[in-house]
Amino acid sequence: MTVTPQKEATVRVWRGEDRASGDFKEYRVPIDPGMVVLDVLFRVQAEHAPDLAVRWNCKAGKCGSCSAEINGRPKLMCMTRVSSLPADEPITVAPMATFPLVRDLVTDVSFNYEKAKTIPNVRLAPPGPDGKRRMYQEEVDRVQEFHKCIECFLCQDVCHVIRDHEENKEAFSGPRFFVRLAALEMHPLDTNDRLELIRAKHGLGFCNITKCCTEVCPEQIHITDNAIIQLKERVVTEYYDPLAWVKRRVLSKRPPAAGQRPTDIGDKEPAGPSER
Amino acid sequence: MKELRDERTYDVVVIGAGGAGIRAAIEATAQGAKTALVCKSLFGKAHTVMAEGGIAAALRNVWKEDGWDVHFRDTMRGGKLLNNWRMAQLHAQEAPDRVLELEEWGAMFDRTPDGLILQRDFGGHRYARLAHVGDRTGLEMIRTLQNRAVELGIDVLMECTIQKLLVDGGRVAGAFGYWRQTGRFVLLRAKAIVIATGGAGKAWKITSNSWEYTGDGMAMALEAGADLIDMEFVQFHPTGMVWPPSVRGILVTEGVRGDGGTLRNKGGERFMFRYIPEFFRAETADTEAEADRWYDDKKNNRRTPDLLPRDEVARAINTEVKAGRGTPHGGVYLDIASRRPAEHIEKRLPSMLHQFKELADIDITKEPMEVGPTCHYFMGGIRVDAETAATTVPGLFAAGEAAAGMHGANRLGGNSLSDLLVFGRRAGLGAAQFAAGQRAPGAVDEREVDELARRITAPLERGASRTGAPAPGAEDPYRIHADLQDTMQDLVGIIRTQRELDEAARRIAALRDRLDRVAVRGGRRYNPGWNLALDLRSLLTVAEVVARAAATRTESRGGHTRNDFPETDPEWGKKNVVVRKKDGEISLTPEALPEMPADLKAIVGEQPKPSEQPAIEHTAPARAGR
Repeated sequence: MTVTPQKEATVRVWRGEDRASGDFKEYRVPIDPGMVVLDVLFRVQAEHAPDLAVRWNCKAGKCGSCSAEINGRPKLMCMTRVSSLPADEPITVAPMATFPLVRDLVTDVSFNYEKAKTIPNVRLAPPGPDGKRRMYQEEVDRVQEFHKCIECFLCQDVCHVIRDHEENKEAFSGPRFFVRLAALEMHPLDTNDRLELIRAKHGLGFCNITKCCTEVCPEQIHITDNAIIQLKERVVTEYYDPLAWVKRRVLSKRPPAAGQRPTDIGDKEPAGPSER
Repeated sequence: MKELRDERTYDVVVIGAGGAGIRAAIEATAQGAKTALVCKSLFGKAHTVMAEGGIAAALRNVWKEDGWDVHFRDTMRGGKLLNNWRMAQLHAQEAPDRVLELEEWGAMFDRTPDGLILQRDFGGHRYARLAHVGDRTGLEMIRTLQNRAVELGIDVLMECTIQKLLVDGGRVAGAFGYWRQTGRFVLLRAKAIVIATGGAGKAWKITSNSWEYTGDGMAMALEAGADLIDMEFVQFHPTGMVWPPSVRGILVTEGVRGDGGTLRNKGGERFMFRYIPEFFRAETADTEAEADRWYDDKKNNRRTPDLLPRDEVARAINTEVKAGRGTPHGGVYLDIASRRPAEHIEKRLPSMLHQFKELADIDITKEPMEVGPTCHYFMGGIRVDAETAATTVPGLFAAGEAAAGMHGANRLGGNSLSDLLVFGRRAGLGAAQFAAGQRAPGAVDEREVDELARRITAPLERGASRTGAPAPGAEDPYRIHADLQDTMQDLVGIIRTQRELDEAARRIAALRDRLDRVAVRGGRRYNPGWNLALDLRSLLTVAEVVARAAATRTESRGGHTRNDFPETDPEWGKKNVVVRKKDGEISLTPEALPEMPADLKAIVGEQPKPSEQPAIEHTAPARAGR
């Protein structure tokens, strides 16, 4: 990827207030070196369509507001360089397909905020005798990977369980919330038990591990390997392994005592470090 | 208009859902108040998410010599002693508890080798003090607070822009605005309101701020009768990206320097050694060798001048570039590639690595970055009581960047996130207690609301009257905004003069006339042109106030530098410039600062003693997330 100065670009932007009547509209705008797709849309707003609806905020890949489908790929508009797209064809920008349309490129993502309300938050074990809580970087690392999530909802957008099946939305929370659930379940000091909820209410079983979510994650979280598969294994162990079932019922979920270095931080090593 | 509006009634309405706003809503709810949290964008996207380096709190996990008194001293000195001393004291004393509370709610900070919260070095802080998560601390903080707010079942009003505070006989009665997704009006009746709307950095062209930061809360509070102070103090963060043009202004964390990065001019010189001010000379290294040793041995060495407070570093970069010693794209170099191994950079600064690779084709483990100052933060804002965060209007409270006093003339890096938590909590508490003493919200004046509704839809009506060609004299909101950004960038930047400030005030007045003729195409449903036209009203008010406050303060101090008054004047060191609006007229008056008690004065005057021992082996490899 190099900074190749382009003079002009053609962008096809989806315009409209509902999916049936809306359509792509073409605009031509001047291009400066380094421009991202969001910059192109700002130019469209300033020069052609002041009312073009675009949701954005930080313009630095940190807030996850400007998700869209660029040339058919779910991406952040603020992190997609114009120079990374084919120069000889128009740039196509469409709203995320999985969520109801508000207008133009803006969708109603309240599905996600409603799902968030159904997840029991962290409940920590009390601090150690010195009043402090201790956690070690090794155990924190795997949870921090999940905390990188910027809630762009691109993984939700691309997930075929809900993208192609509106009827599944009720019973399936989607990859973003499996990441959140994994973070909570792997928190070394958390005492809440959510496995029954994960199985019964969040629809983990719907996921058949196609890894589409992992591919589009702008934070390069290993959603499938490190979150979903880990949760699936925990659910399997809890509900379908009779020995483990008895053991867990008797011992319940117990975090390592505060101040004690854990010797075992999980059943399975997480996948390798991200490339970032 | 009544048929077109939603109406809701609360004890406490918090406007703004960054760190301060969410923390305030959490506290108000915990106190039993029925609370609403209003976000201009989606929940969890506010600017707190952009904070990178960390939260300053004297946890004493890395240096046992640290304490609230040292943090207080650093904050006051960083603010050039113009801070509200009581706010600075409460902040330093309460920050550790607020950080531990975040941990209780699920935040996972980087750890020391013995499992405690790790702390990093930052500008102006004597000890490694910033609790952090790699270089994405703000994301961890806002998501933790967001999850807590969800857990408490707080009403969150997303993509809702408040346009005016409603007042009844001097007391807060509610707020009026519109939903961005539908354009429908919303009236919130409330016994108490907390303003946590952040700053107005979008008035400048080169800025780290997003579209949201248009000074709404400051302008609305001024309109409602509250005082603003310190509006002349705007922080230009020394290190924003400068190339390519489309990313100019995006923040580069101070953590780069905290972790060993150094500033160089085009000749390769570490120029900061030439810019050590007298005020910080005793505590700043004057040779490169001492500065480099300081990272590992704070006992025998003084802090590198790369980590002087932000105002000093931003001015130094500005001077280097103006003297022709800048980089090809008008910045200076920030070099960590030659100073730390690639693995260290990947672990400690993953977001910066990603940002430069994706947006500028620069591999920061191999090449230096090009950086320059970017408009970042308002030290000034709404005047508040230190204990309760109450403004001068009964029932109106303020916290975070929208409030003023805590940071004086210049904010230290890391002190913003702790400010949000400490005073967000105090504002939520103050508002809930005030609301508990009120039987019902004040009365809403329906005529006022009707008039407001007409003002809000006027730009669309002017736009709709056009058929094809623009009506004569119609103004475009994007054009007005761009012209304001040019004005503030050129005339109210890091270095100011009377002539330029007067010119800025004149141009802003002209922009205000143009705003009266602003016309917007389209409807009310998610129409950014219309939304911008409405935001410009508060942005122009705040821009005017900044220019006039800067013209009033005839000295140089912290984030306010006057070319025509280059000296720091001890007399001005005792005064805030207070901004008020009465009968439609804005007045600016210098007023005395609260007097600091003698015991605190002694702490501020103290110089570092050579007896500082690390509490732990702090050079042990600090492993960051990712």
